[in-house]
Amino acid sequence: MPETVLKGKAIKLGDDISTDDIIPGRFAHLRSNLPELSKHTFEDLIPNFGSRVNQGNFLVAGKNFGSGSSREHAPLVIKMSGIAAILAKSAARIFFRNAINQGLPVLLCDTAQINDGDELEIALTEGVITNLTSNARLTSTKMPSLMFAILKEGGLIPYIKKHKDFEL
Amino acid sequence: MGKTLAEKILSLKAGADAKSGDIVIANVDLVFLQDTTGPLVIKQFKESGLAAIAEPKKAAIFLDHAAPSPAQQISNDHVLLRHFARETNCHIYEVGNGICHQLVAEHFAKPGNIIVGADSHTVTAGGLCAFATGMGSTDIAIAMALGKTWFRVPETFLINLSGSFPKGVYAKDLILSLIGQLGTDGATYKALEFGGESLARLTMSERLTIANMVVEAGAKVGLFPSDEVTQSFLSAQGRGDGYKPLYPDADANYERIMSLNLASLEPMVSFPHTVDNVRPVSEAKGVKVQQVFIGTCTNGRLEDLALAANILKGKKRYSDTRLLVAPASQQVLLQAVEKGYIHSLVESGAVILPPGCAACLGLHQGVLADREACLSTANRNFKGRMGNPEAMIYLASPATAAASAIKGEITDPREVM
Ligand code: SF4
Repeated sequence: MPETVLKGKAIKLGDDISTDDIIPGRFAHLRSNLPELSKHTFEDLIPNFGSRVNQGNFLVAGKNFGSGSSREHAPLVIKMSGIAAILAKSAARIFFRNAINQGLPVLLCDTAQINDGDELEIALTEGVITNLTSNARLTSTKMPSLMFAILKEGGLIPYIKKHKDFEL
Repeated sequence: MGKTLAEKILSLKAGADAKSGDIVIANVDLVFLQDTTGPLVIKQFKESGLAAIAEPKKAAIFLDHAAPSPAQQISNDHVLLRHFARETNCHIYEVGNGICHQLVAEHFAKPGNIIVGADSHTVTAGGLCAFATGMGSTDIAIAMALGKTWFRVPETFLINLSGSFPKGVYAKDLILSLIGQLGTDGATYKALEFGGESLARLTMSERLTIANMVVEAGAKVGLFPSDEVTQSFLSAQGRGDGYKPLYPDADANYERIMSLNLASLEPMVSFPHTVDNVRPVSEAKGVKVQQVFIGTCTNGRLEDLALAANILKGKKRYSDTRLLVAPASQQVLLQAVEKGYIHSLVESGAVILPPGCAACLGLHQGVLADREACLSTANRNFKGRMGNPEAMIYLASPATAAASAIKGEITDPREVM
């Protein structure tokens, strides 16, 4: 995690976005070809997602983001699209762990207070989100410290390369 | 203060006094991957710089999701996975052996185990009182290399079951009804623990069906106590020595206690496009289906095929409704052949698919056309799940599926039994 303060625009999504919405199962044959696979990110849900998103944007979703399958390709293709963090009311357990393992921050907070296109500033260490458009401040739920340590290293692989083991 | 089943298993394995909310590190008894999540596991494993699998006999690879392979890229992935198994000396289950979760139940899971799999329905083994949960490819790669992983000890919801199923109502209707009550995120990060006087009457097949779907309410595990039912299942699998009784403490602390009377349930149907969109079958009456799919890790076991075969025996599927049946494993297929179920199913017009995930995830063997509807015994009806975002998926029990195959529309199984 090179940056601890992120600044960017919100792309607002709804509730219950599943891993099949993020990257449909029918593209499983492309999973060993990530650049090809990532062209289909959100294909059924958000037409032209690829051209809508800019480097550093945030996905802002409702409840239960990333429900469904354990495919880590879901947070992977989101990260590849340039999304810098995900904010959600709640996130499915496996997706949450996968995103952190890929070094992609997920913050759980009251996303109803964020509108599409709002400018946000996220202080990751404090877990505080400032909505620069509305001037509202949101605090996200604290993640376990081991998880934060993994995020800080940029994901589980860099974490393990450095520590060789989990450290409580 | 006493312990829930989740706290008990994690305490034993982590050698700590684990309470909900704690973070523990524990050794795993089995770590597995399948053919769609596996290639990334191997990539991450190699990238980690950790040289070998901690214990190769506690690691398994299953070629089940796209088996036999429908595409050259997946065939290449299969080759990669076979090579990795040979290099590392871990278990490998080949094309046609069956669905990972069924094979884990048949060959590996024991009460008190910790099992992690690169597949969200790893929770299935909770039917055997194993703390079993799904993870992503990187977590699985590291769990394989280190032989351990970290867990947050979940809070537990106790589901107290009373009464017996009425005619035409099954374990699938129970879990659909529970998910309808909880909602798709009603149990996120929680353990669901099943208890109550009905337990002794729930077969292992039914327990596996229920545990399989707890993840559809967001749960991390779905745990059944280990009792005589567990013991006789393990003995029948030639694994009786793996049995040990395991119950929660009487004074365990539950975040929430829910009661469910089986006698008050009716056949349920999950409507498109979320699993918690559950309604009684009467509300689905008349919904035309062009395909019925009986199988998957939820409902592809022998009891499920028996149920469907008994309803379809001597009858024909509706002429415009395709009927696909995929046994969950080779063992299930062989037993279903011996018992004559396959004969009845084929005579009624069913297509028998090889043991595996088959039509469940939309890769092959039963992709739906635009605007088609399918009644499936699977666990998910997300938009696009069966390969086409323009199609509709309804979920129900094998009995409701068989009845609907006869009529060509969603049908209350009690009408044909
Ligand atoms: S049968 Fe379906 S739900 Fe079960 S493991 Fe296979 S793809 Fe997943």
